[in-house]
This record gives sequence, structure tokens and C-alpha cells, in this order.
Amino acid sequence: MTVGGSDLPVVNPATVAKAPAGGSHKGAPRGGRVRRLTGNDRIVVFAMVIVPLFLTMVFVVLPAIASVVLSFASWDGIGGVSNIKWIGFENYKNIATNYPPFWPAIRHNVLWLVVLFFIATPLGMFFAVILDKNIRFSRFYQTPIYLPVVLSLALIGFIWQLQYSRDFGLINAILQFLGLQEPDEAIDWFGDPNIAIWAALAASAWRHAGYIMLLYLAGLKGVDPSLREAASVDGANEVKTFFSIVFPVLRPINIIVVVITVIESLRAFDLVWIINKGRNGLELISALVTSNVTGEASRIGFGSALATIMLAISLIFITIYLATIFKEEEQ
Amino acid sequence: MSRPQSEAEYLARLVPASVSATSSRRTVLKGALGAGAALGGAGLLAACGGSSSGGTDATAGASGSAAATGGEVTFGSNASDEIPKKVVQALADGFKAASGTTVKINTQDHNTFQENINNYLQGKPDDVFTWFAGYRMRFFASKGLAGDVSDVWKNLTGFTDGFKSASTGDDGKQYFVPSSYYPWAVFYRKSVWTEKGYTVPKTLDELKTLSTQMKKDGLDPIAFGDKDGWPAMGTFDVLNMRINGYQFHIDLMAHKVAWDDPKVQKVFSTWAELLPFHQADPLGRTWQEAAQAVQNKKAGMYLLGLFVTQEMTANLDDVDFFTFPEIDSTIGADALDAPIDGFMKAAKPKDDARANALLTWLGGKDAGAVYAKTDPTTLIANSEVDTSGYTALQKKSAELVGSAKNIAQFLDRDTRPDFASTVMIPAIQTFLKDPKDVQGLCKSIEGQAKTIFTS
Repeated sequence: MTVGGSDLPVVNPATVAKAPAGGSHKGAPRGGRVRRLTGNDRIVVFAMVIVPLFLTMVFVVLPAIASVVLSFASWDGIGGVSNIKWIGFENYKNIATNYPPFWPAIRHNVLWLVVLFFIATPLGMFFAVILDKNIRFSRFYQTPIYLPVVLSLALIGFIWQLQYSRDFGLINAILQFLGLQEPDEAIDWFGDPNIAIWAALAASAWRHAGYIMLLYLAGLKGVDPSLREAASVDGANEVKTFFSIVFPVLRPINIIVVVITVIESLRAFDLVWIINKGRNGLELISALVTSNVTGEASRIGFGSALATIMLAISLIFITIYLATIFKEEEQ
Repeated sequence: MSRPQSEAEYLARLVPASVSATSSRRTVLKGALGAGAALGGAGLLAACGGSSSGGTDATAGASGSAAATGGEVTFGSNASDEIPKKVVQALADGFKAASGTTVKINTQDHNTFQENINNYLQGKPDDVFTWFAGYRMRFFASKGLAGDVSDVWKNLTGFTDGFKSASTGDDGKQYFVPSSYYPWAVFYRKSVWTEKGYTVPKTLDELKTLSTQMKKDGLDPIAFGDKDGWPAMGTFDVLNMRINGYQFHIDLMAHKVAWDDPKVQKVFSTWAELLPFHQADPLGRTWQEAAQAVQNKKAGMYLLGLFVTQEMTANLDDVDFFTFPEIDSTIGADALDAPIDGFMKAAKPKDDARANALLTWLGGKDAGAVYAKTDPTTLIANSEVDTSGYTALQKKSAELVGSAKNIAQFLDRDTRPDFASTVMIPAIQTFLKDPKDVQGLCKSIEGQAKTIFTS
């Protein structure tokens, strides 16, 4: 990873020699950056800046701005802009006071983040550390843990429906087989709103842990073995080696893991949508946006207001993330 | 054929196509992945369709199926399931044989078609397309997104006034040609009822007595599943029409009556009395699973559309039904939900004469015969069509609907779709979780209804 090849006698990550500021371009003289670009270079640079910028504008920034603007409107998506009625903050007022699914959705999104962050992500990291030990059949264990990430959403929905179905599901069947449950006391995993969110979170964590495991495993494989050797020579045990040496060295991966966890929990959507369209205990902001904007409903303004709220929440996390990154780069 | 599509679409993502080779049209599952591609292609196909319309045809009258021969007409179809797809192909072949005009079919995934209907109609819709009777049809008509087919109706025979009024827009003109329909009723297995000596209940009290007896006999009296949100709307509809009558249903759906009206509260409180007889925990159960309870003789009866029989194909001869019993003798029991499927015309078809010719043919006897022959799980709207091939269930369904004085389309087809999907589904599910606070629930529905219907 960031710590160079094994020929580099690194002991402590804090004292690792930094890469030369000019990059690894060996041929370029120190003052090379001042040199004027050739015509071709300019075209390349221009294209590399303009094309992504254009795509970002068209597919990200403009739609986001349009959502914010439309959130102040009442529009059923039929006819041109002239049919749009501007109603100020009415949509936001309605969402907060006159839309029962909204507050549960906010709670569920937060719960989703907390569970992924404190349970699923550590679990995935734990799997990775275990599998990195070169235990026997490591690849054999690796496969089922990572499988959920590879499976299509269609299959995942099917699998969990088979598990959780009240009348025909595997979980209730096993409980009844073991005599832990009477048939008429069957647990309504997806129907009881107090249980459904946990059932969905279990399914989500199952997939998320596999994802994190793979990312982390890749990171762990890149850790210089001499680091660990040095640590063990110094008398550190496994746990201490991990937390004092390996974990800090994997800092870039850790940041990616945190960012992915936050992103995954904010955009959590597919699973609840395929379970019951994000209703009845599985309300999430993203599902509410979809059910209002897409489909025949076409409450464009109302849905846009929901989307804007989601954007605002995302911005909080993005700001924190960027602030941290920039702060580090300054140091 | 649209009703259970959310469920079918849901299942379509779950079961590989190779596994789903059953013949049931609602459970036959289309690879949902293909839907996106079909959608993308439809616009292109629509754009190049109908280009062969000749100048001479422009003068042909609406009835001029003879005049508008040859050429091509485009047809937007939501018949993505196996049997409906066959029906559409057979219809296209039949029209080609009758008129020489080629029907260019653009099939889209059923649910995708429905969800994208706004964009579809504002883009380049096909000359003729599949849709349903009800509020949404009238809404498109009033927005100028659908073509007037009054001229086609002048040449249509065999439709009752009920079908004609269901095809009429707010301005009194027709915008819809019906093809098929199915009733909602209470289904049960004859063998179970004969064995236990149950009789068909005629009143609410008899229904309650029967349900109590079924409970004693170890059955769940009324099978029930509402995981997908829409099946319970059928129960609300029928209770509302039994307690308050058909006209109240229509007024309520149009929000001419407030949802916190005591009459609406009475519907919910009556439902609350019946809930103990329903299968427990409906919100985690699909309608297919609930139907299995009847099929497996674990539940006594099930209020659903005729399509429920697709889950009971193994014992179809053993299935019977009755219309939901009377609650108020002054209201009676002669109204029911019987959603109608059919066809509409684009506001500006590329070839108006041929579009009209196709619609005239689709509403006629020949098309009805093709439909009846190819799809045995629905009823033909045109009464002149030979229905001697009907199954016993089809015959009885046709009689039931024929004897009904008023036919509703279904809650989500009779009201604004935004209201039905974003307010009523969560509201009914909330009610099923906590049936006690009827007043608070109705107040909440009314609060949301106000903002939606005034927008």
C-alpha cells in the first residue's frame, strides 16, 4: 500500500519516508512544472478537465439544483414548465407535519447508519483479519462471506423472502421444528414493523460485512510482513500488533471503509424496496423519494422536497469527510 | 390484467425465468431486466412506426376499416406476461388477416409501462395502447393526452351501458375501448364447505356467525395478505360500497366527501370488527401466500379478484365464490369491484384512420373470440362474443358482474394514483396494525388528501 515495497526497512509507519513531492517522474527535472505544455498536452488536459466537468454538471449538479428548485413547486409532471405551481415551503411543511412516513424514515436511516457502522463494518473487518491468518480453507470460507456482494438484488430479495416468510419461511419452520414456536405464534418477520426493520438490517449487514471484508482483506494483503515480524520481535501480541501497527498502516483503507459505510447507509434503498416498497416499518428517505416521484404518483414537487432533505443530510457527512481530508493534506 | 402486477413484478425479480414456466398469467414472470431495454427501444420503434400512412387514407372515416387497408399501425402493449403477450400477438395477427394492416407491437414490461405512462403519453406514444378504465383514463382525456374515440363507439355493438359509461371521459366523449374485466368476490373451496356444512352468508351477521364457526373448526376464516399494499384496498372498497353505496364510493374517490366523514369511519370500524376473523399478520403475507392458505384448506374463504384462481389451478373445479354479503338492507349487495382493461388511442396518432380501424376491430366480436380462446382467466367485455368455451367460474363471474347494478374499478383506479399509492396504502397498513384509532386515522388521511387534491 502506501508503505513501499518489502526492500524498504520500515519500522514505524509514522517515520516512513514520504514519496518525493514531484511524484515518481524520474525524468522530469525539478522545475519541470513551469515548462509550458505542448499543444497536444493542452488538448489532453483540456479534455480531461472539461469532459468530467461536463458530465458532472449534466448528471449531478444540474439535476440536484433542479430538485431543489422543484421542491418549492406543485407539479404532476404533465405539461411544460408553465403548469408548475410555485407554493414556497408548503411541501416541506407537509412533509414534516402531514406525512406520517417521514419521521419513521429519518429514524430508520439513522438506525441503518448506526448498525452498519458499529456492527456490520467491524464484523467485516474481523472476517478479513481472520481470513488473513492463512488458516486452512481460507478461500473456502471467503467465498460464502463475499457471495452476498456478488449476488444480484433479485436473488437477495428471493433468498430473504424464503427465510422470512411468516407461513412458509425457513426461519419460522426451524423454530417450529425445534419446538421453540407454536405455528399460530409464527413471527411475522416482514409484516411486524418493529421486527421488519431488524430483519432488513440483518439482510443488509450480511451483504455489507462481505463487502467490507473484501476491501479490508485486499488492504491486509498489502501490509508489509516485516512490520509484523518487527512487532513480534518487540514482543507485541496479535491484538496489539493489529491495533498499534496494522490498523494505523491501513489508514487509507480505513477511510474508504468509513466513507463506503456512510454512503451505503444513506443510499440504502434496494433491499427495502424489494421487500415491500419501503412501507410498513421499512420507510427510508430514498424509498419515499422514489414512491413519490417515479411511477404513476408523480408528486414531483413533494418528492423533490424529500430528495432535497436527503441531499442536505448527505451534505453534512460529505462536509465532515472533506474537512477531515483537507485538514490532513495541510499537515 | 394489471392488478397484481406489483406482486408479479416483485416476483419477476426473484425467480429465474427458467423456473417460472407455469402458465399462470399473473405469476408467469418476465425477466425484469429486459424491461429497461424494452422501454428504451419503445420510443424509437414508435417514432418509425406508421410512417407508411398514405395520403389517401387521411380522408377515410373512423369506421373505414375497409378504406384503411394495408399499411401499418403501432400498438403499445403492457402485455409482458406470457399469456397476455400471446393474446396481443393473436389479436395483431387477426387484424392483419381482417384488414391487411400490419400491427407493429411495442411490448413493455407491464409495471414499467404503468409507471412511465406520463412520460410515454407526452413523448411519442403508439397509435393505440393498452390501459384501464377509471380515473386515470378520464384524467388523461381531460389533459388532452388521449384521443377521442367517440366515432369508434358508433360502430361498436355488444357493450352494455355500464361499459360505455366506464369508457367515457369527463366531457361526455369516449376515450376507451374495453376488452376484458374480472370481478372481486369471496372465493372458497367447495369440498371444505360441503364437508363442514357451511352455507353462503347473505348478511354481515351470517358472515360473522360463519366465521366464528370456522374458527371453532380450526380454520382461519378469511385469508388475508397485504404485504404489497393494494389487496386490502379491495376489502375497503367492498365494505364501503356495502355500507355507504356505490355513489359514495365514487364521491369519496373524487374527494367530494371528506375522509374523516363519519361514514368512512364506519367502514373502518366495521372492518375492525371483522379483523379478528382475518388471517393474522397480513402485512408480511403476499396475496399468493394467502391464496395458498385457502388452497391448502387452512383458511375458509378469501376476498380477492378472479385472478386468485391462478393459485388454485390444481383444484379449479373445487373453487367457487359468492359476492360479499349485504351489510345495510337499504343499500343491498349489488355493487362490486370489477376492473376493466382495454385500449386507448394516442392524442395525435400518426395514422388516425388505421388507429380507429384497429380499435373498432379490437372492440368487436372477432377480437373477443380470439381473447376468449387464448386467455381463459378473464372475462370478455363484449356480450356478443361467443362464450360457450367459458369455464364454470368464468360463467358465474360473468353472471355476477352482469347482475351488478354498479361496477367500481378499484380504489387505486378510481382515485388519483398519487393519493392511492402514497397515502392510502400506508394508511390502510397502519389501520391493519392498529385498528383502534379509526378517528385519528381518518383525520390523517383527510389531512393528506386535502393537500393532494387541491394541488
